[in-house]
Amino acid sequence: MSTATYRDQFNTLTPEGPAWLAPLRARAMERLEANGFPTTRNEDWHFTNPAPITEGAFEPMRPASGTVTQGDLVPFLVGHAEWPTVVFVNGRYAPTLSRVDALPAGVRVLSLASALHEEPTLLEQHLGKLASVDEQAFAFTALNTAMMRDGAVLHVAKDTTVETPIHLLFVSDAGANGGVSHPRNLVVMERHSRATIIEQYASLGDARYLTNAVTECVLADGATLHHYKLQREGQQAFHVGHIEARQGRDSHYVSFAFSIGAALSRNNIYTMLAGEGCGATLNGLYMLDGDQVCDNQTRIEHAEPNCYSREMYKGILDGTSHGVFNGKVYVRPVAQKTDGKQTNKTLLLSDKARIDTKPQLEIFADDVKCTHGATVGKLDQIATFYMKSRGVNADTTRRLLTYAFAAEVLETIELEPLKEDLEKLTLQRYL
Amino acid sequence: MLVIKNLHANVGDKEILKGISLTVNAGEVHAIMGPNGSGKSTLAQVLAGHPGYEVTGGTVEYEGEDLLAMDPEVRAHHGVFLAFQYPIEIPGVSNAYFLRTAYNEVRKANGKEEVDPMDFLDVMTEKLKLVEMDEAMLQRSVNSGFSGGEKKRNEILQMAVLEPKLAILDETDSGLDIDALRIVANGVNKLKRPDSATIVVTHYQRLLEYIVPDFVHVLAGGRIVKSGGKELALELEAKGYDWLLDEPAAVGG
Repeated sequence: MSTATYRDQFNTLTPEGPAWLAPLRARAMERLEANGFPTTRNEDWHFTNPAPITEGAFEPMRPASGTVTQGDLVPFLVGHAEWPTVVFVNGRYAPTLSRVDALPAGVRVLSLASALHEEPTLLEQHLGKLASVDEQAFAFTALNTAMMRDGAVLHVAKDTTVETPIHLLFVSDAGANGGVSHPRNLVVMERHSRATIIEQYASLGDARYLTNAVTECVLADGATLHHYKLQREGQQAFHVGHIEARQGRDSHYVSFAFSIGAALSRNNIYTMLAGEGCGATLNGLYMLDGDQVCDNQTRIEHAEPNCYSREMYKGILDGTSHGVFNGKVYVRPVAQKTDGKQTNKTLLLSDKARIDTKPQLEIFADDVKCTHGATVGKLDQIATFYMKSRGVNADTTRRLLTYAFAAEVLETIELEPLKEDLEKLTLQRYL
Repeated sequence: MLVIKNLHANVGDKEILKGISLTVNAGEVHAIMGPNGSGKSTLAQVLAGHPGYEVTGGTVEYEGEDLLAMDPEVRAHHGVFLAFQYPIEIPGVSNAYFLRTAYNEVRKANGKEEVDPMDFLDVMTEKLKLVEMDEAMLQRSVNSGFSGGEKKRNEILQMAVLEPKLAILDETDSGLDIDALRIVANGVNKLKRPDSATIVVTHYQRLLEYIVPDFVHVLAGGRIVKSGGKELALELEAKGYDWLLDEPAAVGG
């Protein structure tokens, strides 16, 4: 699909929102047209051909039929059901399915559509400031910026701690078939605030659709954001997600990406350590089967001294699936005493599964400690023997050891109820 | 119970076991001693079915059946147990889950009913006492982050749960302080039954003060070069192995 179709869709959008919005959209649309969609000739898309998405002829997603019930959401209510939950169906905020009444003072959760009217200044200050639309690699971000209609906006005032996690749940129903939604989220953490969000994408049916999501996270000095992204789209669906964070001094951004859905998915998680004393942790687990493709791109930019970053991504690939991990770590010349560690481990359960793993460290400071390591392998023969020697049959051994491989990274999840749920999801998959 | 005849085994192209013959009867404790690289751990692992070794000759009969034809899990179902020299860490799988799975698989293979988690806990309470382990150990991942002593005790705990007929301890004493050694040996002794046998592979005589063998065999160069009673272990402790290495190898029978 060329960008022309999206230009046509763009032209039919009714102008709405504050005055600064239209130029932001128009510029993104222009950049998309000028650059076009990437192909595998683009370095950032070298391992994943986005053609199934770019040639997919997706129409703007139809609003939900209104038949989605609370009961339909139960399988996706991770952690505790009473956690504040902001539900979007087919890309639109669904107030009757959402529950955001129990938030403490200093915390605001709005839909983007209403925030454009109620918080125009906050949005003008932050929306589109982190997620770049300029390069071809970010054509989908440009498309999102041009077409965004709804999403979640979270604002946490300074010195405010949000004890309960906030769940942003994006579901697609049967009406999503053939459509594309462009969820756009903004998280603004003021000085010394703390919060945990779960950003989950799921499908209630087996529709073929595209989710093209962008989430920008602003962390002021001393802020801490735990950000869990769960990608559980339908098996025929496509998912492109771009998360971009910018961290002020002494802030902590802790990300965990759990990806098991979609026929083809792309998961960008970028953070900029833009103040001294920051920490970033980007962990992830992706489990694929059949002919699924999942491309994980991370970028950690050390722009200031004395920051640390930790990264562990694990993939379990079965069938003829294809996984990609590209971990970029940039260390700017001023970013002395950077302490960075990156690990990518892949377990291949099938001879036909494939992984492309590419650590990409570009270090321009001389007094830093940066390591990376990647392993690709099958189940450990000795561990297999160990379990069998206790009488455990071959099939159970394979499943338990596969789970054990995943458990190492799942154990890093600090949010205990969510960790237990993801462990269960993983265990069910292999038991 | 166990009749090993002229057993040969390789790692890759390298022959490690060069004709081992050994008979172990029910109720007996056999110690296998020998210098590093003599093949004693290889013998233990070959008996358990380690995939890294290739048996190139000889036979092993266990309770009248061909042990070498059995997969490792089938050997376990038949009552063979190897306490590993280096127990494997399995993150994310709790000790309780692992032990119950193993326990039930062995029961199932022997035509017994599986037990549910609650009943299994009762089984465990008693077994834990045997190796002086705390119940909290059950909730930890198998061997994950365990100290050397905890790992060895966990091996004996597994042995206590599975109640093997033929227990093979592969250097279970190495790396243990005297207290842990006493606990481990005490566990092994309490698990002995008239119908079970124990093979203790060790580098040191020390363990044999606690687990008293009926027979001691010295392995060197992939062969048994000397066999005797428990006094042989004391002689080895006093004189080392060198005096045996010069003697011609005993003819395997």
